[in-house]
Amino acid sequence: MKECAEMKRPAEAYCLGVESTADDFGVGISTLHGEILANVSNAYIPEEGGIHPREAARHHAEVADKVLDEALAEAGIKPRDLSIIAFSQGPGLGPCLRTGATVARALASYLDVPLVGVNHSVAHIEIGKLKTGARDPVTLYVSGGNTNVSAFDSGRYRVFGETLDIALGNCLDVFAREAGLRHQKGMPLGAALEQLAANGERLISLPYTVKGMDVSLSGLLTAATSLLHKGRCKLEDLCYSLQENAFSMVAEVTERALAHTEKEEVLLTGGVAANKRLQAMLKAIAEEHDARFSVVPREFATDNGAMIAWTGVLAYTHGAVTPIEESFVKLRWRLEKVDVSWVK
Amino acid sequence: MGEVASRTLLKKGAEASLFLADWHGRRVVIKARFPKKYRPVELDVKIRSYRTVHEPQLMHEAKKAGVPTPTIFLVDVKNAVIIMEFIEGKQIKQLLGNLSEKEREEVCVRIGELIGKLHMHGVIHGDLTTSNMILSSEGKIFFVDFGLGEKTMELEARGVDLHLMKRALQSTHYQFVEECFESVMKGYSAVLGAEETGKVLGKIREIERRGRYVAERREEA
Repeated sequence: MKECAEMKRPAEAYCLGVESTADDFGVGISTLHGEILANVSNAYIPEEGGIHPREAARHHAEVADKVLDEALAEAGIKPRDLSIIAFSQGPGLGPCLRTGATVARALASYLDVPLVGVNHSVAHIEIGKLKTGARDPVTLYVSGGNTNVSAFDSGRYRVFGETLDIALGNCLDVFAREAGLRHQKGMPLGAALEQLAANGERLISLPYTVKGMDVSLSGLLTAATSLLHKGRCKLEDLCYSLQENAFSMVAEVTERALAHTEKEEVLLTGGVAANKRLQAMLKAIAEEHDARFSVVPREFATDNGAMIAWTGVLAYTHGAVTPIEESFVKLRWRLEKVDVSWVK
Repeated sequence: MGEVASRTLLKKGAEASLFLADWHGRRVVIKARFPKKYRPVELDVKIRSYRTVHEPQLMHEAKKAGVPTPTIFLVDVKNAVIIMEFIEGKQIKQLLGNLSEKEREEVCVRIGELIGKLHMHGVIHGDLTTSNMILSSEGKIFFVDFGLGEKTMELEARGVDLHLMKRALQSTHYQFVEECFESVMKGYSAVLGAEETGKVLGKIREIERRGRYVAERREEA
């Protein structure tokens, strides 16, 4: 953000952020000005099926050391140079969150520096704003665990629409697994599905469920899965139809929020933000309403430590500190419960 | 639709654009659902024509239930256009914040009664927000925008409808969500009775718990 390319002054303050809400264990390091010096991640990849929380937590505990070392090396600093430790306090999977919190607490007590608990959803929005220059957007945050449309108003990010059941990334992942797609190195399931969808030609009729500003995706997933198992549709067509329906639903809700709030920016963030088709849809909507569209860069789209570090900086510099005795994880910490005093 | 003179854009919504127009000497609202470029044509046509057909039907049903809605003059399914009566008045959304506590309660109770009447007649509005309610100059509250509605007596649908109302209050009128929603349910109960209302409230809690990241889910489950 700021040009601090010249020699790093030892007086510079650094915040280290630990992310561990789900399958990724990440560590990021940010300066107080939002210069991201390191962003290292290590993902737990299940042998089969979805994320097993305890297995993921065990993975996180095993790689924590290595990821921390790599991040510090990448930033070119020593543990003693750190002035703030931030961690993802929720929402997310209990065992995973607890592992990250334990690492953060240990670091903060050992180094005797302040600890800052950060809301994971807020962090996705803040890193998006930092990296794209968006100031006051309507944000669509879509990932494996979250699907919501929010915008800032009077001290908080207000949730205008969200899923009534499963998250968008979850919907796509489960379908991909049902279709026998496998995790490959460097290619998440969603990306494999996106590739197949790009070759789809026929739009198969599937449920389209928008209720007010909310969406419901479970019926769509069930219908698509049952067609898949009947075996009469081409997989490419099914992937295409699933994506078109699901994305149109979240796009419609985003457009409704945009029309309702009359904001001038649209931000797409979270893991599913990497999907090119979804990006194109949201861009079209933004243009329709003369709003500026931005999408978070890929490396900051999925869960990452940098977003926690940066949000930790924002919170800390606005007076937020989390005493160790209050640093228990919050599995269901809603976005709109967080006072974001740094946003004006 | 060729007879339309002087049309001005009232509101470019997400789902449709609203124009104020002069049509055979009447002031009307033209609701046009223009094609959305972002989604495939087949899906786009399906969504737009479905909503254009259903919206007037539900508005008519609502009227039969005793809920004021604009009169429909013309439905053009092919172009996804509805021409309806223009209601002179103010959106509840703009109004609510400027009322005294007592007036606010009164308005919310009335809204609740109207929702109760809809539900009693099997009409689900589908998008209960304070921007879809207009206090007319004669003091009646009109409900508009039934595009996402449906006809059903199911408890689940009623619950979702009211859950959406609560959510709309939370995002737009967060200063007085609790009192407003309580008043809405008071009005609702006056129409549907305490027993039905109790069931719906139970359903709303269930729906909220089903959602993601709801603190209550753990304690109550």
